[in-house]
Amino acid sequence: MEVNLRIFRYNPEAGRNKPSYDNYTLEADPTDRVLDLLELVKSYHDGTLSFRRSCAHGVCGSDAMRINGRNYLACKVLVQDVGNNITVEPILGMQIIKDMIVDMEPFFESYRSISPFLVNDEIPEDGKERLQTIEQRERFDDTTKCILCAACTTSCPSFWSNDEFVGPATIVNAHRFIFDSRDTAPEKRLDILNEESGAWKCRTAFNCTQACPREIHVTQAIAEVKNALTTGRLD
Amino acid sequence: MTQHHQHEVVIVGAGGAGLMAALYASRGADTAVLSKLYPTRSHTGTAQGGIGAALGNLEEDRADWHTFDTVKGSDYLGDQDAIEFMCQEAVPVVYELEHMGLPFSRTDEGRIAQRRFGGHTNNETKQPVLRAAYAADRTGHMILQTLYQQCIKNEVNFYDEFQVLDLIVDNGKAVGVVAAELATGELHVFHTKAVVFATGGHGRVWEVTSNAYAYTGDGVAIPMRKGIPMEDMEFFQFHPTGIAKLGILITEGVRGEGGVLLNNDGDRFMDVYAPTVKDLASRDVVSRAMFLEMREGRGINGQRYMHLDVRPETVNKYAELDKRINPDGSEYRVTAEDILGKLPDIVDFTRTYLGVDPVKQPMPVQPTAHYAMGGIPTTQYGEVVIDTKSTIMPGFYAAGEVACVSVHGANRLGTNSLLDLVVFGKQAGLRAAEYANGTEYGKLPDDAADFTRQQLDAILNNKGEEKAADIANEMKETMTDKVGVFRTEEGMAEAFEKMLELKERYQHVGVDDHGKVFNTDLLNTWELGCLIDSAIVTAKCALDRKESRGAHAREDFPKRNDDEWLKHTLAWLKDGKVEVDYKPVKITKYEPMERVY
Repeated sequence: MEVNLRIFRYNPEAGRNKPSYDNYTLEADPTDRVLDLLELVKSYHDGTLSFRRSCAHGVCGSDAMRINGRNYLACKVLVQDVGNNITVEPILGMQIIKDMIVDMEPFFESYRSISPFLVNDEIPEDGKERLQTIEQRERFDDTTKCILCAACTTSCPSFWSNDEFVGPATIVNAHRFIFDSRDTAPEKRLDILNEESGAWKCRTAFNCTQACPREIHVTQAIAEVKNALTTGRLD
Repeated sequence: MTQHHQHEVVIVGAGGAGLMAALYASRGADTAVLSKLYPTRSHTGTAQGGIGAALGNLEEDRADWHTFDTVKGSDYLGDQDAIEFMCQEAVPVVYELEHMGLPFSRTDEGRIAQRRFGGHTNNETKQPVLRAAYAADRTGHMILQTLYQQCIKNEVNFYDEFQVLDLIVDNGKAVGVVAAELATGELHVFHTKAVVFATGGHGRVWEVTSNAYAYTGDGVAIPMRKGIPMEDMEFFQFHPTGIAKLGILITEGVRGEGGVLLNNDGDRFMDVYAPTVKDLASRDVVSRAMFLEMREGRGINGQRYMHLDVRPETVNKYAELDKRINPDGSEYRVTAEDILGKLPDIVDFTRTYLGVDPVKQPMPVQPTAHYAMGGIPTTQYGEVVIDTKSTIMPGFYAAGEVACVSVHGANRLGTNSLLDLVVFGKQAGLRAAEYANGTEYGKLPDDAADFTRQQLDAILNNKGEEKAADIANEMKETMTDKVGVFRTEEGMAEAFEKMLELKERYQHVGVDDHGKVFNTDLLNTWELGCLIDSAIVTAKCALDRKESRGAHAREDFPKRNDDEWLKHTLAWLKDGKVEVDYKPVKITKYEPMERVY
């Protein structure tokens, strides 16, 4: 099938200092990944086209992009999913460096702000694993899936309007520890998320849930954090 | 302008091995981690099924059974002292991961859950054993996330998106690395006391591969350009179950949970090739069986793929035939919910890329290039050794897939790669810091970045008579056809000549992008040079080894030949020529025997 691919371009170093679009007409299979099309353009049409990618099957989180106006991983969306007119743009709300490459540093800074690591120095006397029931483990299973691709945060209207907001991805990662029965510092993370830049900035637009390539129930996870903030209970 | 930095230990690569090395090195020395990707993008994150450790949480298991299984899996080419060390260390290191916060799946008793995997057995009954500790089918993701989290906790110093292009050697000692900062294109010289390479593999040499774009053999090519040999490069693993055409991995855990491989007649064929453990034989054995079935015309619809079937009715049918029982003695039976709960990512992949629901339809699979058993020769402490006498090169360490300890020998068992990362990443980190504490900074040459700059300038100045993509495609096609699951003298000779030709043509590859900022055109082209070097050495070592062992299966020499070939290959790439020599295998307790599953 023939695909009309419209690609966002921005590269001040090469004189492309205003956002513009390049158009390509390509022969593609319906089951090709959008990433395959970008690779094709880079390999045979214009090597200057720049984007991040690595695993190419939706696990490493490198290639979050806006495709036909919605956030996807370019390697996890097929041509047949989006039709034969495809527009590819960088994720929103981040500083664009070159083409699809944005500055990810503020995103990771936000992630680091909630102490994203298990806090618990006690180890069983026999040196073996801490016990955790299947149900306790299940309680935070959904939020362990996060690959830090930023598709959720950069689809969030509250984040677009206020980049002080920690964003959904950070709350998801806080949730992963807050609801882990082994963790001893949920209050610390809840305090951070109770600040003005925290969970209350979420207006439940559900964009994040729709955008998540790992199908994490992001809005629900945020609601559970809000509930914990209100009730002080972690159940 | 070249910028200069100084750190006692520099770790190159931020996957499982690099992060584990970083955690341990940073406790004892000023440590920095350089990675061409953000750490959480590393390929460790794609590992699925589990990490092997004889915890015995569900049934009896012993570290020495794990050791024997690994020796046997390696087709006796693994060094038995290192294998024993790894399998003994496995138990405490898996507990350590749990203590760090890794969210393992759990048993009814709340302990770490374990599943069956290929080649892992109860040595007494010869039956598969529950040894692979897992977190659903995203164990690698959880290991990568957990180690990165611990690095944040311990304030490890990261240089993200810094791509290392050269190892600086002075007077036989590693004294630094040169890296390109992706965001600016500037070169940075890192002056160090110790360098740890944890750069992963080179699976992008082949066409159908489970490997990330980033797996370009940088860690093979960079040391070879400094005269350091590679070990056992002819041994590259083809995992039996990649998604047809795409190569995306479908974990062996699918078969661990009871899935079976079927041919076009709907027959489970592995009982012919491995009567005892059937679908849970070693990966080399299963991949060869699939090829033979396809050659006999029993691929699905005559095509080059087979079916992997994990529908509950299929699993239960074969579980009944095999009389598979649960640890509590009840009959093993599964429901669709069990499959969805234990293999959620596999279900997601096959739905996304194939439109196939694995609890309702079988999955089309074919062998996919997956894992480098060979690489930088090291001791079991991560020290790089550079000749047939295993002389240690001061200041240089390697761990993870890029290293060849060797614990995987001629064929790696599933779940032993994640184990390798954490066990030997830790050792390399400890030793690098210890070494750094006992030594002064070596002498950094004035022109430390010149060799790197020459390589990049050569690419930038080429007129571009050749296209990188064309050369890459020819390399992948040739290596897949001629240096794949089955090999012949004629095919490998052809491949070797072809790789030399591509190396020559590569000198004429040009790039469109002449800028500094995120010049991925330039760096990807540089990486292609690393892939070609990896392929040249692979083809030559394979051509020279005139026997079949593990993943190296020759049609003209179909048997293993211990009298002549029970030895490790060492290969040097010098001025476009490959020199090959050999060193002995360390045998401690297990005399080589015939390998049957």
